[in-house]
Amino acid sequence: MSNQTDNGERHTIAVLVDNEPGVLARVIGLFSGRGYNIESLTVAETDPAGGLSRITIVTSGTPQIVEQIKAQLSRLVPVHKVSDLTKEGAYVDREMALIKVRGSGDKRVEALRIADIFRARVVDSTNESFVFEIVGKTGKLDAFVKLMQPLGLVDVARTGVAAIARGAEGL
Amino acid sequence: MTDEPMTGAKILLKALMDQGVTDVFGYPGGAILPVYDELFQQNTIRHILVRQEGGAVHAAEGYARSTGKVGVVFVTSGPGATNAVTGLTDALMDSVPLVCICGQVPTHLIGNDAFQECDTTGITRPVTKHNYLVKKTNDLARVVHEAFYVARSGRPGPVLIDLPKDVSQGLGHYTPLDAVAHRTYRPRVEGDPGKIREAVALMAAAKRPIIYAGGGVINSGDRASDLLTELADLTGFPVTLTLMGLGAVRASHPSFLGMLGMHGTYEANLAMHGCDLMIAIGSRFDDRVTGRLTAFSPDSKKIHIDIDASSINKNVLVDVGIVGDVANVLDAMLREWKAQRYQADRAALAGWWDQINTWRDRNCLAFQQEGEIIKPQYAIKRLFELTRGRDDVFITTEVGQHQMWAAQFYGFEKPRQWLTSGGLGTMGYGLPAAMGVQIAHPDALVVDIAGEASIMMNIQEMSTIAQYRLPVKVFILNNEYMGMVRQWQELLHGGRYSESYMASLPDFVKLAESFGAAGLRAEKVGDLDGVIREMIATDRAVIADIRVDKNENCFPMIPSGAAHNEMLLGPADKAERPISEEGMVLV
Ligand SMILES: Cc1cc2nc3c(=O)[nH]c(=O)nc-3n(C[C@H](O)[C@H](O)[C@H](O)COP(=O)(O)OP(=O)(O)OC[C@H]3O[C@@H](n4cnc5c(N)ncnc54)[C@H](O)[C@@H]3O)c2cc1C
Ligand SMILES: Cc1ncc(C[n+]2csc(CCOP(=O)(O)OP(=O)(O)O)c2C)c(N)n1
Ligand SMILES: [Mg+2]
Repeated sequence: MSNQTDNGERHTIAVLVDNEPGVLARVIGLFSGRGYNIESLTVAETDPAGGLSRITIVTSGTPQIVEQIKAQLSRLVPVHKVSDLTKEGAYVDREMALIKVRGSGDKRVEALRIADIFRARVVDSTNESFVFEIVGKTGKLDAFVKLMQPLGLVDVARTGVAAIARGAEGL
Repeated sequence: MTDEPMTGAKILLKALMDQGVTDVFGYPGGAILPVYDELFQQNTIRHILVRQEGGAVHAAEGYARSTGKVGVVFVTSGPGATNAVTGLTDALMDSVPLVCICGQVPTHLIGNDAFQECDTTGITRPVTKHNYLVKKTNDLARVVHEAFYVARSGRPGPVLIDLPKDVSQGLGHYTPLDAVAHRTYRPRVEGDPGKIREAVALMAAAKRPIIYAGGGVINSGDRASDLLTELADLTGFPVTLTLMGLGAVRASHPSFLGMLGMHGTYEANLAMHGCDLMIAIGSRFDDRVTGRLTAFSPDSKKIHIDIDASSINKNVLVDVGIVGDVANVLDAMLREWKAQRYQADRAALAGWWDQINTWRDRNCLAFQQEGEIIKPQYAIKRLFELTRGRDDVFITTEVGQHQMWAAQFYGFEKPRQWLTSGGLGTMGYGLPAAMGVQIAHPDALVVDIAGEASIMMNIQEMSTIAQYRLPVKVFILNNEYMGMVRQWQELLHGGRYSESYMASLPDFVKLAESFGAAGLRAEKVGDLDGVIREMIATDRAVIADIRVDKNENCFPMIPSGAAHNEMLLGPADKAERPISEEGMVLV
């Protein structure tokens, strides 16, 4: 996945927020209201005791727009911290997908063979279907889905990107 | 928490009292009745009953902006909440601190399409700085204290609290003010010292500098205005102000070039265009100010001081962005200037002032008052001259040509004296805002400079004005047109005056009388001074219907999509320079 898109540079941004009602609506409303792109957005509570959730957003835009996005996110009242992982150094990003493929005979064998190459696990199977679980970078998931297409792809469920900075420092 | 359980309504009022609230603007209804019941049983907080919730929000804006306090509004659920939306948006755009308490259906009915239910937090999320839905009575006091903190800190703005009826009726515990600290919201108020040094060094080296200051100076407080004036005096730099910043430096200050922007002065706009250093202070590079961005002040370095990091580099890329409160940053800049023993480049500045003075000599605001028909500019000029020297005058406006003429021809000598809807441009703002100002300043002379179209948008508030015996003066520049719309139609749409003529206007004199106010009318130039004098001398509300030239346009004007140096100075200019296609699509 290249870092350049039609809309400008791609950035992965981590946002630490108070886990309060409406906070996700605020973030999404900010993006839709101001016409920013969202390529991926994931959110889950990460510190139940502290009542904090972490949102990972993949967005793209000109450097000026990306700066705006970060400034706009930072001024939302329940936001603790905004970190532009793309700008601030090395980071790891992963996505998980569950992929259902239906087929028999050669196609079924081929699906399994490719799954093996991609280190996808079979998490459900019937005589005529598999559900694969695959973890990796977005590009890897895209490639896997593409290869499954002619082999009887039925359904794809993806989590969106979760990302974290490399090294010892926390957000 | 204190031990004694109380109803949510009582907790709310106690929290408001602890916040120092003395006046609330509102309108009752089913979902907020417990609060009104509690209000009835106390004497600390005065409630001003408006005639429409929109009026309550604008009144609270007037109250807040004229005092620096947080304005407070009570409305009921459903239609009460939706009527408040325009005012909340207005307050968000113009950075006005408000807390709006909104009744809501009981928690167990939320989401059921209950009577007078609407998704108030959903509707108001994009038009408030923050909003809350309170689900437990125990949370209420904390939320109220947080809401006041959020409303007034950093870049001020409106905060809404949605209060379900079971929460206001139920019992809970009070949380004292000093026990509440916000978990996340800590706006930065001190500027970065390195950037301040950098900025001040640029200022010392500048040859053609200009200070472009705005509403953030007013928000920051009177000290910010004093420091800004000190900076102008110390450096000798020229100063221009935005519509929202008028009064931040006194209009009579020799370095003041007038307002800049679409209807700003020739000298201010050309100085912005030709400067080599622009110092933006609490101003946000609005499109009404910049004109065509690609042609905006092409050869200058730019310094921007703003408390909201998202204002910096939003429309215009700057060289030095300083996030912080105007007063703090200016104080630090002045100290740095003095510590470094900087001197402005006197020779270069003298040349720059010579240039500016040739622009000033164009006398861009000149108008001809000939014959019997009152020119609107002349009416404002006389209003200014006949109220000059008083230090208790507040001017509010509606939206349109009259607003721009007020900005151009009334000289504001101090901050908070001028209240207008700049960002949203809300017709109907001025009358309720004047009401709010008068509540806060009972003895002041409060004048709403209005258009005959705008005044009809919230005319019902004349009834509130009557009820509380507020001596608000409504000074209508009656041109029988939505003048600003007519002007655009003349300049941009081939003179096709589509729906901009105001037919069937009321007789404003009789209208005034029906509300127990005095009605006055000036039809000829000779009437004007007498009417203004009588208006000022009248100790109750007045509507003065000033019949002005119907065809007058507001100049100078930078047409949409044009640059600062492509300004129209008068009617003769328009034929030469047709407005560009790109300009036509802009507002
Ligand atoms: C019909 C019409 C015509 C108009 N024509 C013009 C025109 O010709 N010229 C013109 O100037 N305007 C005009 N306006 C108004 C214009 O739309 C904007 O409202 C105005 O220009 C914005 O003013 P401002 O930049 O001072 O910002 P404001 O809206 O006052 O915003 C204040 C800025 O200061 C910051 N701030 C707030 N508090 C602080 C603090 N304590 N410390 C530091 N920073 C702070 C805020 O973050 C914000 O960026 C017109 C409006 C209408 C309705
Ligand atoms: C609520 C609202 N609706 C529409 C507009 C668009 N608008 C801007 S100025 C104007 C005309 C105002 O007419 P009037 O109050 O008579 O003022 P004038 O320009 O004649 O001085 C209109 C319709 C607006 N600003 N606000
Ligand atoms: Mg009019």
